Amino acid sequence: MLIRQYLALIMRLAVIFIIAAILGVARPEFLSVNNFINVLRQSSLIFLLASGLTVVVLSEGIDLSIGQVLAFSACIMGYFLKTEPMILAILVGLGIGALCGLVNGVLIAFVGLPAFVVTYGMMWMAQGFALMFMKAEIIWGFPKAFRFFGAGYILGIPVPVILMFALCAVLYLVLNYTTFGRYIYNIGANYEAARFSGVRIRRIQIMAYTLSGLLAAFAGVVYISRINAVEAGIGDPLLLPCLAAITIGGTSLYGGEGGIGGTIFGAIIISLIINGMNLMGIETYWQPFVVGAIVILSVAVDVLRAQKLQTT
Amino acid sequence: MGAQPADETILEFKGVSKDFPGVRALDKVDFDLKRGEVHVLVGENGAGKSTLIKILAGVYPPTEGEIYYQGDEVDIRNPKVGLNMGISVIYQEMNLVPYISVAKNIFLGREPRRKWIPFLVDYPRLHKDAREILDSIGAEIDTKVNAVELGVAQGKLVEMAKAFSIKASILVMDEPTAALTQKELDELFRSIEEFKKKGIGIIYISHRLEEIFDVADRVTVLRDGKVMATMDVGEVKNLDEIIRLMVGRSMTAYFSREFLKEKGDVALNVKNLSREGVLRDVNLHVRSGEIVGLAGLVGAGRTELARVLFGVDRYDDGEVEIFGKNLSMTPAKSVALGVGFIPEDRKKEGLALILPVKENVIIASLKKLFPRGLINPAKQSKAVNEYVKALRIVTPSLMRIVRFLSGGNQQKVVVAKWLCTQAKIFIFDEPTRGVDVGAKAEIHQLMNEMVKQGAAILMISSELPEVLHMSDRIYVMHGGRIVKELQGDEADQETVLKYAMAGGAA
Repeated sequence: MLIRQYLALIMRLAVIFIIAAILGVARPEFLSVNNFINVLRQSSLIFLLASGLTVVVLSEGIDLSIGQVLAFSACIMGYFLKTEPMILAILVGLGIGALCGLVNGVLIAFVGLPAFVVTYGMMWMAQGFALMFMKAEIIWGFPKAFRFFGAGYILGIPVPVILMFALCAVLYLVLNYTTFGRYIYNIGANYEAARFSGVRIRRIQIMAYTLSGLLAAFAGVVYISRINAVEAGIGDPLLLPCLAAITIGGTSLYGGEGGIGGTIFGAIIISLIINGMNLMGIETYWQPFVVGAIVILSVAVDVLRAQKLQTT
Repeated sequence: MGAQPADETILEFKGVSKDFPGVRALDKVDFDLKRGEVHVLVGENGAGKSTLIKILAGVYPPTEGEIYYQGDEVDIRNPKVGLNMGISVIYQEMNLVPYISVAKNIFLGREPRRKWIPFLVDYPRLHKDAREILDSIGAEIDTKVNAVELGVAQGKLVEMAKAFSIKASILVMDEPTAALTQKELDELFRSIEEFKKKGIGIIYISHRLEEIFDVADRVTVLRDGKVMATMDVGEVKNLDEIIRLMVGRSMTAYFSREFLKEKGDVALNVKNLSREGVLRDVNLHVRSGEIVGLAGLVGAGRTELARVLFGVDRYDDGEVEIFGKNLSMTPAKSVALGVGFIPEDRKKEGLALILPVKENVIIASLKKLFPRGLINPAKQSKAVNEYVKALRIVTPSLMRIVRFLSGGNQQKVVVAKWLCTQAKIFIFDEPTRGVDVGAKAEIHQLMNEMVKQGAAILMISSELPEVLHMSDRIYVMHGGRIVKELQGDEADQETVLKYAMAGGAA
């Protein structure tokens, strides 16, 4: 068990190293400190958004709405940033994210609708709200204090990167050293067994989806702070790299296996690949194709491994 | 078929071995099967029965040795080859397509076609042919119902009919009776007789040793991948002899219980409990310090009653009192009140198979041990360790994934989970299903120990000897009602069966 965990870690580090080596040889500018920080910053945005989804996936759920929930909450937040105190704007944004997640959770846990359908519906509803609210406008130019979250540095390290490692540490502790975290794993591993063990499944599920919405909004804070603008469509391309980061990170889509640590590695690997493709001058049109293929490939590895376990 | 003499050998394994990384699952096994005989294969879990079957079915290739089929050496490369040779395996789990009819299941992929329009199924003929086959094996099942509506026993019969329709010459039955009651057993055995008459050889795997005398012509005992003995059933003097061969030590088939003279207070009290279509007016009580058996046929409502008592399903009417407290329940509340449920299907409802032992033992106690939601790892390990040791769960570490433990040890993990919550009332649904003889005795001993320490146990079991040996009192269920309460010493197999089958009306 322990050996297997370390093995997975070593394999991921090896993948990162190999990709970095290939890129380093092909494009020397890849090895610059600037580029390195650039890659980490890119992965931090993926990770922040993927973190809540990781928790949901561990409980054998799925949340397809994160990208649009990010966009919706960020639009409202951006609007308030123009007129209200920063803290208030951020709180409103986070609140909207959590509320979207709560609605997802209640519909899934209490009404019993499939997570795929609920969150897919929520994705379009959040998108719709954002569009109605923004009417194709762009809000840009945020206060300097707000820009700190996305564009600031502490000791030469970008703030989003620090936030990534901090959030990862917090979620690691939550998943491994709180009862909530252990219930998440147990529900994902075997829903019925968890129910027969007296776990209040619905409560835990609602918490997981609410957390996912809240963290999506949090990722939104960092995201619009970094690009210094917001419009209704910013969330559209975000779900796929998040899913890729999670599956590469070794979290099983069948729930119960994996963890938040893997998602960091997954996010870094995805960013490296995208960064590498940029440096190699490959047209950006290829990116969705490649990332999509990575999702299928890493899920395939997961499924084949599960099948092998079944037969031996 | 049928023209050959009855004792002709159709299948022969000569010196067959199978190695898996680190284990020799089969060691130079010689085994043969004759036309029209039932050859029972017994052995503890891990003795090599499944491996032997899987080699025969073409799932694994043997590491060494030869297999002869009707005198010719064969290479069963994959399951399809096995199937084409006429080897039909009926696994423990039902293998029918749920939402299509019995007739279609029997002829799946080989349905008779209409004469002029070959892509249309000829339904009248399909049902007529299915009827004929079912009749010929003595199964009274409507060909038009969907497989999902069948009971376990009927499902087996349909799978047998299917095997028969593809002209199988060898039928392998892996624990066909694990979920059956006596009446269903008799039906199944009648059908097996029909198969024998038609010259089909049957390999029959079972954990219920008593059955050897009901069905077997010959018995082969496996232990640690080796054949310990093959004998005609007439040569078998008693079950102890078989058990000795299986475990390498002499053991009585059932652990003998110590009955307490002084029982405690009523722990679980059920009054006029009803659930539409499932339970009718159920009254029962269980005291601390006693094991109460719940007997009945499959479908009598025993598991349904257990689910209602634990709060998994709702009830429409009546009362459930736990230690005098009257509550409408959910599993979470039951657990908080000190009830533990060891479900019938531990893989589905009892365990998170992909998680470690530690996780499975602690899950139900987390709330009680760590009310503020923060886990203290040292305290957690200590609690888990205590019960893993007390129950002698064989595992290399607490981090071992539960899937890799044997059936008996898995069952003990489920029990440990409830002991860890300090539960006082235990509902055991088929406590020893699918565990081997050694582990069974251990689980019985454990239950004995638990009641001595003041636990109240309600035990559902389809195995009559288990009910009779272990229970202080027995309730017999029939058609959702409790039709009879018997004291342990006044109960015998015939009495219990009479009430279970006829509801006492006879």
